[in-house]
Amino acid sequence: MSDSNIIPKWLSVGVIPLMNLFLAFCVSGLFIFFIGENPFRAIFVMIKGAFYYPGAIGYTLYYTTNFIFTGLAVALAFHARLFNIGGEGQAYVGGLGVGLVCLIFDQHVVGFLVTILAILGSVIFGAIWGIIPGYLQAKRGSHIVITTIMFNFIAAALMVYLLVNVIIEPGQMSPETRDFASGVGLVQIHILAKYLGLEMAMSPLNLSFIVALIVSVGFWFLVWRTKFGYEVRSLGHSETAAIYAGIKVSSTIIIVMAISGGLAGLVAINELLGVHNKLLLGFTAGYGFTGIAVALMGRNHPVGIFLASLLFGALYQGGTELDFEFSSITREMVLLIQGLIILFSGALAYMLNPLMERIYIKYYGNYNNA
Amino acid sequence: MKNSENKGGNEAIASLPPSTESAIELKNITKRFGHVIANSDVNLKVSTGTIHGIVGENGAGKSTLMNILFGLYKPDSGMIFLNGQAVDVNSPEKSIALGIGMVHQHFMLVPTFTVLENAMLGNEGSMLLRSGEEVVLDRLKDLSNNYGLDVDFEAIISDTPVGMQQRVEILKALNRGAKILILDEPTGVLTPQETIGLFDILRSLREQGVTIILITHKLKEIMSITDTVSVMRGGKVVADFSTEKTSPEELAENMVGRKVLLSIKKPTLKVGKPVLEVKNVSHESKDGVLVLKNISFDLKEGEILGIAGVAGNGQSELLDILSGIETLQRGQITVNDKTILPFQDWNSKKAREFGVAHVPEDRHKRGLVLPFHNYENSILGYHRNEDYSSGFLMDKRKILNFVDDLVENFDVRPRSSSISSGKLSGGNQQKLVLAREIESNPNILLVGQPTRGVDIGAIERIYEDLMKLKSKGTAILLVSVELDEIMSLSDRIVVMNQGTIVGETNSSNATELDLGKMMSGLEQV
Amino acid sequence: MLESFQIIISLLDSTIRIATPLIFCAMAGIFSERSGIIDIGLEGKMLLSAFVAATATFLTGSPIFGLFAAILMSCSASLIHGFACITNKGDQVISGLAINILASGLTITLGIALFSRGGQTPPLASEQRFMPIDFPFLDQLSFVPVFGELFVEVISGHNILVYLSVLAVFFTYYVIFKTRFGLRLRAVGEKPEAVDTAGISVIKMRYQSILIAGMLCGLAGAYLSIAHGAGFGREMSAGKGYIALAAMIFGKWNPIPTLFACLLFGFLEALGVRLEGVELIWIGEVPVQVMQALPYVLTVVLLAGFIGKARAPGAIGVPYSKEG
Repeated sequence: MSDSNIIPKWLSVGVIPLMNLFLAFCVSGLFIFFIGENPFRAIFVMIKGAFYYPGAIGYTLYYTTNFIFTGLAVALAFHARLFNIGGEGQAYVGGLGVGLVCLIFDQHVVGFLVTILAILGSVIFGAIWGIIPGYLQAKRGSHIVITTIMFNFIAAALMVYLLVNVIIEPGQMSPETRDFASGVGLVQIHILAKYLGLEMAMSPLNLSFIVALIVSVGFWFLVWRTKFGYEVRSLGHSETAAIYAGIKVSSTIIIVMAISGGLAGLVAINELLGVHNKLLLGFTAGYGFTGIAVALMGRNHPVGIFLASLLFGALYQGGTELDFEFSSITREMVLLIQGLIILFSGALAYMLNPLMERIYIKYYGNYNNA
Repeated sequence: MKNSENKGGNEAIASLPPSTESAIELKNITKRFGHVIANSDVNLKVSTGTIHGIVGENGAGKSTLMNILFGLYKPDSGMIFLNGQAVDVNSPEKSIALGIGMVHQHFMLVPTFTVLENAMLGNEGSMLLRSGEEVVLDRLKDLSNNYGLDVDFEAIISDTPVGMQQRVEILKALNRGAKILILDEPTGVLTPQETIGLFDILRSLREQGVTIILITHKLKEIMSITDTVSVMRGGKVVADFSTEKTSPEELAENMVGRKVLLSIKKPTLKVGKPVLEVKNVSHESKDGVLVLKNISFDLKEGEILGIAGVAGNGQSELLDILSGIETLQRGQITVNDKTILPFQDWNSKKAREFGVAHVPEDRHKRGLVLPFHNYENSILGYHRNEDYSSGFLMDKRKILNFVDDLVENFDVRPRSSSISSGKLSGGNQQKLVLAREIESNPNILLVGQPTRGVDIGAIERIYEDLMKLKSKGTAILLVSVELDEIMSLSDRIVVMNQGTIVGETNSSNATELDLGKMMSGLEQV
Repeated sequence: MLESFQIIISLLDSTIRIATPLIFCAMAGIFSERSGIIDIGLEGKMLLSAFVAATATFLTGSPIFGLFAAILMSCSASLIHGFACITNKGDQVISGLAINILASGLTITLGIALFSRGGQTPPLASEQRFMPIDFPFLDQLSFVPVFGELFVEVISGHNILVYLSVLAVFFTYYVIFKTRFGLRLRAVGEKPEAVDTAGISVIKMRYQSILIAGMLCGLAGAYLSIAHGAGFGREMSAGKGYIALAAMIFGKWNPIPTLFACLLFGFLEALGVRLEGVELIWIGEVPVQVMQALPYVLTVVLLAGFIGKARAPGAIGVPYSKEG
């Protein structure tokens, strides 16, 4: 996969991805049309649902937060040409880190400190779930795509087992832990706003969003401004050149997967510390997979990832509105759109290149004079 | 200019017996890859039952032209005639049906298949393998006997030597009924004896009416086996000759487009103390083949030591070990008085710290990260240096200053710090790599194939830079398959064959003949 | 003794039921991956075809029609995959993933739009399904000890698709290793240049391979919704496509070992269900999740080279392009 070297960057990085996105939406619209609903009304409902109602923007940004974390996780691995499909499992196990820290310490230690520790816990546990496939790829040559897929399932089984049999709140039917102590957690923005004398509609948006923005900046710095980032990108573009340059391939792979897993693990702070205040079954809800779409659309750059996350945040939040407004389309429509976006922005990313090249040459370029 | 050359060539062709009809005729073939014009308005005529050579430097467009004839590439314009008939060769399927077979430079064999399975691929005899194998095996055995194509049908390809793999390729083409056989650089991977064997096979094919096109950049081969020859340069056919009416000198002149071969002013310099000592180094490849056997030599300050040999005789592995890419398995290396023992921590990073710089044989795979900008490539391998970084951060401004000087001083064109290195020409890419390595102030420089795929202007510049470095007292180890290059640059020459050093000589009293004999492993000195 | 024999018999019986869709999908995976196309979209193709099988059967009343509709659907998904990664040289993993997510969204959305049952299709009557087939001479054979019981309880009494899955294994083995098509298919997955220069179209070979994969996935989907089950339920493939992928790797891309891997994974699941709530001597209760995770753990361990070495086809995952 590579960009064309004929058409200029503004076309290949700007126009073509937007056209791919447009195609994905067109096909989604066709499906809605075939179901017998008006696609334009569906879009309208979703936009209203995502931005218009009180608190809607808060919800949108709350989803956005998750996608920033998982999108960055996938993107970092992509920079090293590793396909981390394991964001889902890494986020899930990251939740275990949060849960364990909180359950062990929250009765004894001050809430603020527990929260910090829990954030670290999410990163470390997520990292561990990334390191193992990374290690197996680096040292044993196991294909990371397959291993991370397997690790998603292993994580799911592990979490079900622990939540059903070990850390479940005693005397309770649903598989979740007890609530964390009241001082623990990341404060929600609307509450924060109230302290500051501002009135904001209630929404689950919490400080994790700020964390996500900080992490995004850090990601850019790491990838494009540090020696480690240089090594990661060298490795991603050419393993042979990386070896020539004295870059240790296996340790770079393992560290990349550790950071990637850690980033995915941060989903748990948004979900558990920011919203649910306990560890519960299936809180990752596919965010890890959406991260792949986000990274593809965002072209592995934090700015792109932020925009793509915002789009998916709006889709998720707007999608819930579909349930209320339509009888025959529901929020699962968003999954369909997501699948189409991955198809057009990912697998078919270069479909339009030959066409654009032809058009470009016809109107601008001429080889013989080049 | 082009016209006058073509004129001479056409006369030569016209002087051939008029009765020979042309098996192949290419007219006005043009092919572009992106901005690069690989073939430009090429005309070519080959008579039935002859061996026609195509010579030219790397990148002259020979392989592209043949891939067009074989239907792998589609020409942007031009026509192909077979036996006087205009044909549209739009796929290998079509060209095979028309009786064209091709033996590619990189063999097109399935490594996990047997010789038989490979040879029958595409003409299996039957829908079912078992009944097909019987039919095909008989046919292949006949062909094998007729032309002296000796192979073991049961062997797995990855276990067979390259010589046999090549015979399988020829068999494969014949099995599909090839009457025209294209061989692309067939001798690059062969020892001289294997080359002789191959040429015997080609002669017997010619006797039985097969038309052969031989692509090579080795003039000796052209002179020894072809009937007619075309010279390509810069994507064009610049001259055609009847082989017996031309000379290697004339061909060479046409290949490079000017009279003189490069003359190099060697600085006379007293060599200093040894800075690199290699003792009894042996190395086993991943497949368990012993690729280096007891290699010992030393390299002194201000000296250029050339390592000559046919490609694939252990030179690449030697470079890899010395530059830290491969682990040292047996023997010992002393670099600037520091000794490296087997399985010690030895890697490219450490090699650079010890003052060893490396211009790798393959700049696309190793020397450059092609999508990177020039400024990023200008520090590849040296990115940890404090000159370009502070702590764990890189200092982009310092890097940009550095690369601006680099492209200026070493004439890398275009003089841009931000262009992707992948968009540079081969020569400019090589200049960039060389510049980077020289600027690291090494006292040992390892150079592999410095002029492979490099245009003539850049070659001159590269030789100059190497000489300048030598006169500063840097020790240079030069690995090249181009004998001319080795002979004109080196002070001392060692020859490698099948993983061992088979001879050593001073460049002043070396002749091409002697070296050739040593390279073939026939003669130990 | 008699009781434990009964348990084994019933375990084997459910092993076969569970393994059937795995076998179809794993054979599909072999066809696709042996030709060099990574196929993590097995799951999605199975899900889509399960939905279409149930829908078509419900609408027409004929399971045969449902079966063909399922195959058609699955092949269409294969074609999308092919268009993305063969024609447009897109990333095969991304394309497979897209198909899986698309399948989840599409089946639920269409299901709700068509039937308003929260994504399920209406239940099918038994004449609308592929029902168990009883072999002849059951009565006579049931008196034969061990073998007779094995025959009656385990071998006999499955629906036609179960037997078809066994046939699929031999079909796969025969086509891949004994025919010209198979030789070319393996060559295309190992070294496509060799096939191209032999005058065989790489693109055509790969499309043919993934279409066969599509057909097999279609059978798996139909099995889920109109043979084993009686209608479609949301996400009813439930990761079986991924287990099949694991089984294919576990079987090292070879049909016969893959068959055994499918049976092993099926057996583990059957055992897990069976052992739920049962205290074993020495070990205690084995959590069902252990059995669920075991196929994945085993595959990871195998891939890591701790038990033998699984070698994927040489050119897998690399789009073929002539002009570099």
